[in-house]
Amino acid sequence: MQQIINFLIRNKTFLLFLLLFLISLSFTFQSHSYHKSKFINSANFLTGGIYESVNNIGLYFNLRQENNILLKENNRLKSILFNSETNLSTLKDLEERDSNNYKLIPAQVYKNSYSASNNYLTINKGERDSIGQDFGVITSKGIIGIIDNTSNKYARVMSILNTNSRINVQLKKTEHFGTLTWDAESPENVTLIDVPKLAPVIVGDTIVTGGRSTIFPKGIPVGKVVSFKLDETENYYNIKVKLFNDMTNVGHVYIIENLDAEEVSTLNSQDE
Amino acid sequence: MNNIVTANITRFVILVLIQVLVLNNINFLGYINPYIYILFIILFPIKNNRLLFIFLSFLLGLAVDLFLDSGGVHAAACVTAAYVRPVILKFAFGMAYEHQTVKFSSTEFGQRFTYFSIITIIHHLILFSLEIFNTSKILLILKKSLFSSIFTILLCLLITILFSRKHK
Repeated sequence: MQQIINFLIRNKTFLLFLLLFLISLSFTFQSHSYHKSKFINSANFLTGGIYESVNNIGLYFNLRQENNILLKENNRLKSILFNSETNLSTLKDLEERDSNNYKLIPAQVYKNSYSASNNYLTINKGERDSIGQDFGVITSKGIIGIIDNTSNKYARVMSILNTNSRINVQLKKTEHFGTLTWDAESPENVTLIDVPKLAPVIVGDTIVTGGRSTIFPKGIPVGKVVSFKLDETENYYNIKVKLFNDMTNVGHVYIIENLDAEEVSTLNSQDE
Repeated sequence: MNNIVTANITRFVILVLIQVLVLNNINFLGYINPYIYILFIILFPIKNNRLLFIFLSFLLGLAVDLFLDSGGVHAAACVTAAYVRPVILKFAFGMAYEHQTVKFSSTEFGQRFTYFSIITIIHHLILFSLEIFNTSKILLILKKSLFSSIFTILLCLLITILFSRKHK
């Protein structure tokens, strides 16, 4: 017994090192799986609060640019509206209808990263704004990611530039769908896998979100095809997609809540 | 004594804040960031309680991890750097370290450079291998560690020269 204690005392530095190293490793592995990193994430009051106060200063520097983006989006939406069949009175009916499936909530990005292999964003809406896990996050140009952790005031978004991210997307002109992943190479390009060989892919094709997940509504633009080749099995395409969004410069985002998500997922789980 | 404790606590806080709020947004050429918060590990007093030192390094790494959403990669790299520091000190400063007379402000530039470089490279290698965690991307790991190391070493040396209290 005494020898064991002696051994412990003699090697206490090494044992402490080993213990702390193993703790950090377990945190690392936890962060590699979706939804698991509960302790170490930037959506808590301390880090969120610090990012918030710094962001409040930085906000003024790109106010003009943000204004331009909003103006352009407004312009686009108005031109769609005025050129469509609906007139303003039917629009009002549309707003009052209670059968809407999706609810949009605007938010501000406090922290964004794109140089690591698992990137996350921190945004300024949290549980008190009734934000929860698995809500989608988009901008006016395309998709950003999925919310994976929330605190009271803040939420953490798993960016599409994350090697764990898997998002269902499809070709705009046909219904061939695949999975959007990231290979950690460049923040401009993502990889689309599992698209069957039969799909008529052409360089320049637009990729949009597919309706198969309960997170994003169908048809949100993602990016366009830059190049494609068959994978090792020769049955599926590996498609390189250039994102419409500039992931290195994200300011305002919209959070999408699918009000039917629960119903759809219970329906799907009954199926299995 | 009290002076050293306060100096190190301030250094801890300031380095973490500078790291997460400023330096991690540099992204030079898309992926190169300096990680100067390891200056805390580099400049920690040599006459120390090793257990406390390793534990503080762990906290330092964890604090950075909290801000950067990186799980525990910075903590792991910091703990290792802190654990191997005595060996590197002995290698870089030789006899002076064994007599416990090393003062960073009064050492030769060459010795200091070796010491800084070895700690930085060890730290960055562990950091990026755990962060990318994919053996098929070993080239990316090496590339990132190399370029970030160069950036970190340069900045660390500059900062220590700028803030040294040497009298002319």
